[in-house]
Amino acid sequence: MTPAIELAGVSRLFGAVRALDNVSLSIAPGEFFALLGPSGSGKTTCLRLIAGFDHPTSGKILLDGDDVTDIPPFERSVNTVFQDYALFPHMDVAENVAYGPKVQGISAPERRRLALEMLELVRLAAFADRAPAQLSGGQKQRVALARALINKPKVLLLDEPLGALDLRLREEMQIELKAIQQKIGITFVYVTHDQGEALSMADRVAVFRDGRVEQLDSPRDLYERPRTAFVARFVGSANVIEGELARRVTGGGRAFAIRAEAIEVLAPGAPLPDGALSCEGLLEDIHYHGATSRWHVRTDAGQTIVAVLPEGAAAAVPHGSRVRLAWSRENIVPLADS
Amino acid sequence: MRSKGGRDWNAASFGQKVAAFAGLAFLHLPVWVIVIYAFTTEDRTYQFPPPGLTLHWFSVAFAREDIWAALRMSLSVASVATAMALVLGTLAAFALAQGRFRGREAITLLFVLPIALPGIITGIALLSAFKLGGIQPGYWTIVTGHATFCIVIVHNNVIARLRRLPQSWIEASMDLGADGFQTFRYVLLPQIATALLAGGMLAFALSFDEIIVTLFTAGHEKTLPIWFFNELFRPRERPITNVVAVSVVLITMIPILLAYWLTRPREFESK
Amino acid sequence: MQHPPMRAIATFLYGRRGFYLSLLLLPPLLWLGTVYLGSLLALLMHSFYAIDEFTARIVPKLTLATYRQLVSQPAHVDIVLRTLGMAVAVTLTAAVVAFPVANYMARYATPRMKAFFYVGVMLPMWTSYLVKVYAWRLVLAKQGVLSWFLDQLGLAPALDAALQTPVIGGPSLASSYLGMFIVFVYMWLPFMILPLTAALERVPQSLLQASADLGARPGQTFRNIVLPLALPGLAAGSVFTFSLTLGDYIIPSVVGAPGYFIGMMVYQQQGTAGNLPLAAAFSVVPIILIAIYLSLAKRLGAFDAL
Repeated sequence: MTPAIELAGVSRLFGAVRALDNVSLSIAPGEFFALLGPSGSGKTTCLRLIAGFDHPTSGKILLDGDDVTDIPPFERSVNTVFQDYALFPHMDVAENVAYGPKVQGISAPERRRLALEMLELVRLAAFADRAPAQLSGGQKQRVALARALINKPKVLLLDEPLGALDLRLREEMQIELKAIQQKIGITFVYVTHDQGEALSMADRVAVFRDGRVEQLDSPRDLYERPRTAFVARFVGSANVIEGELARRVTGGGRAFAIRAEAIEVLAPGAPLPDGALSCEGLLEDIHYHGATSRWHVRTDAGQTIVAVLPEGAAAAVPHGSRVRLAWSRENIVPLADS
Repeated sequence: MRSKGGRDWNAASFGQKVAAFAGLAFLHLPVWVIVIYAFTTEDRTYQFPPPGLTLHWFSVAFAREDIWAALRMSLSVASVATAMALVLGTLAAFALAQGRFRGREAITLLFVLPIALPGIITGIALLSAFKLGGIQPGYWTIVTGHATFCIVIVHNNVIARLRRLPQSWIEASMDLGADGFQTFRYVLLPQIATALLAGGMLAFALSFDEIIVTLFTAGHEKTLPIWFFNELFRPRERPITNVVAVSVVLITMIPILLAYWLTRPREFESK
Repeated sequence: MQHPPMRAIATFLYGRRGFYLSLLLLPPLLWLGTVYLGSLLALLMHSFYAIDEFTARIVPKLTLATYRQLVSQPAHVDIVLRTLGMAVAVTLTAAVVAFPVANYMARYATPRMKAFFYVGVMLPMWTSYLVKVYAWRLVLAKQGVLSWFLDQLGLAPALDAALQTPVIGGPSLASSYLGMFIVFVYMWLPFMILPLTAALERVPQSLLQASADLGARPGQTFRNIVLPLALPGLAAGSVFTFSLTLGDYIIPSVVGAPGYFIGMMVYQQQGTAGNLPLAAAFSVVPIILIAIYLSLAKRLGAFDAL
């Protein structure tokens, strides 16, 4: 099946800075695809190249099998939801949404009908004649979404659309976005620096780092089988055990990751289950998070390990006490050298 | 915070207020004096207070054909210069708002020079050029001089507005299928309309009032300021000169105020 | 609906940023380049020509004779110094007079009052230059407003004393350097007020409170905090007052003492005296002085304050 989007050997250089370094990936039609990474990792550059706002220094961009590298954004069947919403203040909500059909020459009554249809989809039909300035952040975002979908693009690009919203609203919008995507069935490419967002919404996630894709996998595979220390730390905050500590624990020198919730906290010298790996250290701090607690333990080898325990799993001990950490050998994930 | 004897940080002292208002009054009084003089019955000296008030000089001035001719000339020159400035200044503003490119600093400097260097430099430079090229001073040399600084005025107004426009608007418009021309028409033009209008009006007012450069480039043509300048040294015509002065102030006040009203800071410009 | 040819042009231009920029810049640059820069070059060239003493015509041969004439005659040097002195005096005075107004606008005025002041400064600034000069001619005249006003206050003897002062005095205010000085300050005051206001606005209130909190008296806060931070604004405003005074030729001829100023010299030499090369040479002087001043002002941060 032809990928909806394909990047072939794409690089983007700004002078000496490699914003994107020989990136190749393909996104399947109807997929909810996330570009995840810290700022400056290249994920936004990647999005802008797909949209057409920027031109790669080398490589090709294909949309539905066609080479669109040299085609301007107004000729691509791709639409974008911007981080600052980019609603035109001199048009009301309905006119904003109807902008796409307007520049295509569709008549005024027809495009108003289409706009209202789209506003129904995002449940804002009642706001059709309001000015954008009168809307809240969440409402503006939904208008931006409606405006981007009205052209029925093959691909919808979203550039950190939920960044300006508060937590509760963000979670609501995540659910709503996912529902809309599944309802319409078009490909979504979603840029975010929030790994929780990427994991909960996407079918597949590409983790960006310094202009390259470090790992491309489903959320589950990313979480349970990170390939490098960077991915392990960035996605799900696993502990990365390396160097001296790794030698002590496994006998070998290779770094590995262990998820915080896979670690048990025992009293020093307590008996270990079969096949368990362990190490000892001093309890630095316990952070209370409601349903769970995060125990920060400074191991004898010097590295701090974080264990996440469900509430009530272990009796609290005073700071500075000696504790024993244990986990099953099956749960460790060997990491490639970064 | 230790308060200095209960000082209110947001209130000026009496002395500061007096100084501020005095400064403002200083700026306004001379022109108001002219207004009074326009109504005086005394026509030989500068006597103050005026012995009597009359509207007589207004009717005399309105009957003077040379004043009307000069006024027509000024209006015509200002219109043409402003029209040229609107086109050329806007083109330049769009180019210079794009972002960094080679030579941008030099071009920006070029656009500052016409107002950074005093008018006399512009005037004598243009005159030198005309002499060199064997061009006779006349209507078009006046327009040329005016258009040069009018371009700068329009450019400054438009580029200030463009710089406040988020790049994402242009990208959003193109993303939705509008090419450069459509984006300009539907998104950019509505946004810079007020800046264009304001710049145009300022340019018009400046051209209408211009004397410093015009004296060098005018030849035999007479704009209203040139008429006025000649009258400065003719004591007999004093009251009529006053009338013209008051009229000029009133006429140019309108575009100035309009331009200010159009470009005053607003709440909803972006987002 | 976009016409296909327009669409094709738009697509063509989109990928070619350099070409698009050149296209935009060509007309305005062509104009400013040929008309303005070209004129400046013509001016420079004329300054290197000379007048043939017998035919009174311009001899199109490059020579330093005109410049030599400029610097050798003490009268010419006098003119330059006189103009320079006036420019400096006007700049300093304008700064002092502008400060209370700008300070009030920036710090104490309510939004409505600030708008009122802003319009109040802007209107005279954009009012016709000639009308303003003419107005002052009336005000400063022998029987005019100012003498009437001073008379009412009983300050007439003070005015007479001032007019007796050598150099700056004269038969009346309208024909003295003192009068000219007042008019210059008046003319360029708005150009000083506006950048100064902008600079003062940028001084956060919290800095002044911190200074007082640490024990500084208002005068010390002013000297140590406000003045240094307002300096870019002062520098920016002074660029206007300095260069505008340096080049002016109308005010000295309408309101002033017999002594010549650079601008008057330029105007007269190209006109009645018919010596364009000398006029050109004279006008190069303010260009150089302003260039020097601009570089000084830039170092003080004036360009960021504009």
